[in-house]
Amino acid sequence: MSSRILSTRAEYGQTLVRLGERSRDIVVLDADLSGSTCTNAFAKRFPERFFNMGISEQDMICTAAGMSLAGKIPFASSFAIFATGRCWEQIRNAVALPGCNVNIVATHGGVTVGKDGASHQALEDVAIMRAIPTMTVIVPCDAVETRKAIEAAAWYDGPVYIRLTRENLPVIYDEASPFRIGVGSIVRAGDDLTIFAVGLMLHIAREAADLLQREGISARIANVSTLKPIDASLVASCAEETGCAVTAEEHNITGGLGDAVGEVLLKTHPVPMERVAVNDAFGRSGDPKDLLRYFDLTPEAIVQASKRAIERKHALAARAKDRKHATPA
Amino acid sequence: MLTDQQRRSRGPQELAEIARDLRIAMLKMLHKAGSGHTGSSLSCIDIITALYFSEMRHYPFDAEWTGRDRFVLSKGHAAPALYVALQRAGYISEQTLDQLRQLESVLQGHPDSRRCPGVEASTGSLGQGLSVAHGMALALRDHPEQPRVYALLGDGELQEGQIWEAAMSAAHYHSANLCAIVDHNGLQIDGVVAEIMSVEPVDEKFRAFGWHALTIDGHDFAQILQALEAAQNCTDRPTAIVAKTIKGKGVSFCENSVAWHGKAPNAAELSAALAELTGSRGE
Repeated sequence: MSSRILSTRAEYGQTLVRLGERSRDIVVLDADLSGSTCTNAFAKRFPERFFNMGISEQDMICTAAGMSLAGKIPFASSFAIFATGRCWEQIRNAVALPGCNVNIVATHGGVTVGKDGASHQALEDVAIMRAIPTMTVIVPCDAVETRKAIEAAAWYDGPVYIRLTRENLPVIYDEASPFRIGVGSIVRAGDDLTIFAVGLMLHIAREAADLLQREGISARIANVSTLKPIDASLVASCAEETGCAVTAEEHNITGGLGDAVGEVLLKTHPVPMERVAVNDAFGRSGDPKDLLRYFDLTPEAIVQASKRAIERKHALAARAKDRKHATPA
Repeated sequence: MLTDQQRRSRGPQELAEIARDLRIAMLKMLHKAGSGHTGSSLSCIDIITALYFSEMRHYPFDAEWTGRDRFVLSKGHAAPALYVALQRAGYISEQTLDQLRQLESVLQGHPDSRRCPGVEASTGSLGQGLSVAHGMALALRDHPEQPRVYALLGDGELQEGQIWEAAMSAAHYHSANLCAIVDHNGLQIDGVVAEIMSVEPVDEKFRAFGWHALTIDGHDFAQILQALEAAQNCTDRPTAIVAKTIKGKGVSFCENSVAWHGKAPNAAELSAALAELTGSRGE
C-alpha cells in the first residue's frame, strides 16, 4: 500500500501519450477543456492526432464515431456532465448502435467538482450511460486503476465510458494488481457486511470500515469499478458470505452503483441493502470536502448505513428462526 | 466488375437509365414492405445513382478495402434508395430487397452498418451524419489512396444545430476530402421547409462557414457529375452541393407531396407508378 495521492486526470493524459506511442491509430478529441481533462498532454506530443472540436460535444462524439468506423481508436473527453448529458443521443445512435470503438473519458464527475456548482456536477452520468445497450461503464478509484482502465478500453472492442474525478485520490493499487473490464476486487476483508464502492467513495468507505472496526464490526469492501457489465459473481458471493450490503457512490441515488448492485442482488441473493448516494438532488457550490458532508457522502453516513443493513440482516435472521419454531414439520 | 475508368465514363444517359431501374426496384420493395419513405427516397435517388455508379471508388467484392470512398446517408430515412443502389452494385442479393423492414432483415427501417453490407454508418437520427462523415474524412486524410467521403443531408435536417457544428469543424480542419450534398426538396414531415423553419440561404450559409458551395439541379446528371468534379478539384475546403430536387421525383402523384414523405405505395399506386416509369423507358 502506498500513501501517494495522485491525479487520475493527469494519469489519463500520460496514459494517452504512452498509448499514442504504441499505436498510430490512437486519436484524441476534446471540446475546449483539454487543460482540465489533461488530454493536452497528448495534444502536445501528437498534435496531428489531436482534435480540439471546440465547444461542441455532439459534433465531437459523432466525429469520434466516424473516426472509429474508419479504423481509428478515438478517445473523446470533456466534463462528465457535457460528455454524457449534452450528447446522450449521439452516444446511443452514432456510437453504441453501430458498435463503434469510441472511448469516452470524462473528468469532473460528482459533487467534488466543487465551486463551479450544480451545472457542472454530473450526478446522473453513470445512470444514463448504463442505460445504453452494450455500453461499458467504468469508475476507477485511483491513478493506477485509471491507467489500467484506459489501456483496457483502448484495446476493447466496443464503446466504453470512463468517469474520473477532479479531486486527486490516494493510490491503493500497485502495478501488480490485475485489472480486467468486468472484474471487481475485494480491497478489504470482512464478514459482517460488504460495502460496494467506486471512485472517490471507495476511499470514504475505507475510512468507514476503520470506524466500524473500532465498534467490532468487520466490513468487507468490494471495488466494482466496472459498473457495467458488473461483476455479478463477486456481488453475489459477497452478499451470500456477509449477508447484507451497502453501496457508496458520488452520484444520484437513481440508476448508479446502488441500482447496479441491487439488480444483481434481486436475481441472486436478495439481502438487506442500504445506499449512500446523493438523495435525488442537484449539486451546489462549495469546497469538495464541505460538499461531501452536505450531501452525506461521509464515512459517518456509511457507518450508519452499515449499521442499518446489519440490523435488518439480524431482524431477518430472527424472523426466520421464529418461523422455524412456529411451524412444526 | 467495372474498372474505375469504365465506371467514371458512364454518361448522364446511362446513369438516368440506372436511376429509373432503381426507382422501379425501390417502389416494388416499398410496396412489399408496406411502409417506408417513398417521397424522400425518390428525391435523392439520382444523387445516389451518380455516386455509386460513377463517382465513388468502391468495390463490392472487396468491401472493406480501406482506400474506398465512403457514403454516409445522413438523412437515413431515405434508406430504400440506398438499399436498391447497394443491391445493384452487388453488396446484397435481389432477394434481400423482399425483406425490407422485417425483423431479421439486414434492411432495417433506417440503415444499420452492423447488419447491412455496404452501409458505412448507422443513421436515422437526423443531424449526426455530417459529423460522422467528417470523422471518417479526418481519419482518412493521410491515407495514400486519398479516399473521399460523401454525406447526403436533407434540407429539413439542416435545422439540427449539430449540422452547423460539423460545418464549422470541417471548414476549420480544411477537410477537402469531405463533400456534403443537400437534397433540397423543400418539404419536411409537417409541411414546407420554408414555413416550418426556413433554412435559406443554404449555399450562402455553407459559404459563410468556410465551405466551397454550389447549387445545382439534383435530377440533372450532367450537373451532378460536374458538381462532384468541382468538389474533387477544390483542395483546401470541404464542398457543399445544394441539389435542388423534387420530393417524389419520377412518379407524378408523389411529386411535391408531403403526404408521400413516409408512406409506401399500395397495389394500385404501384402499378400506376410503374406504368409511368416503364412508359418513359427509351424516350
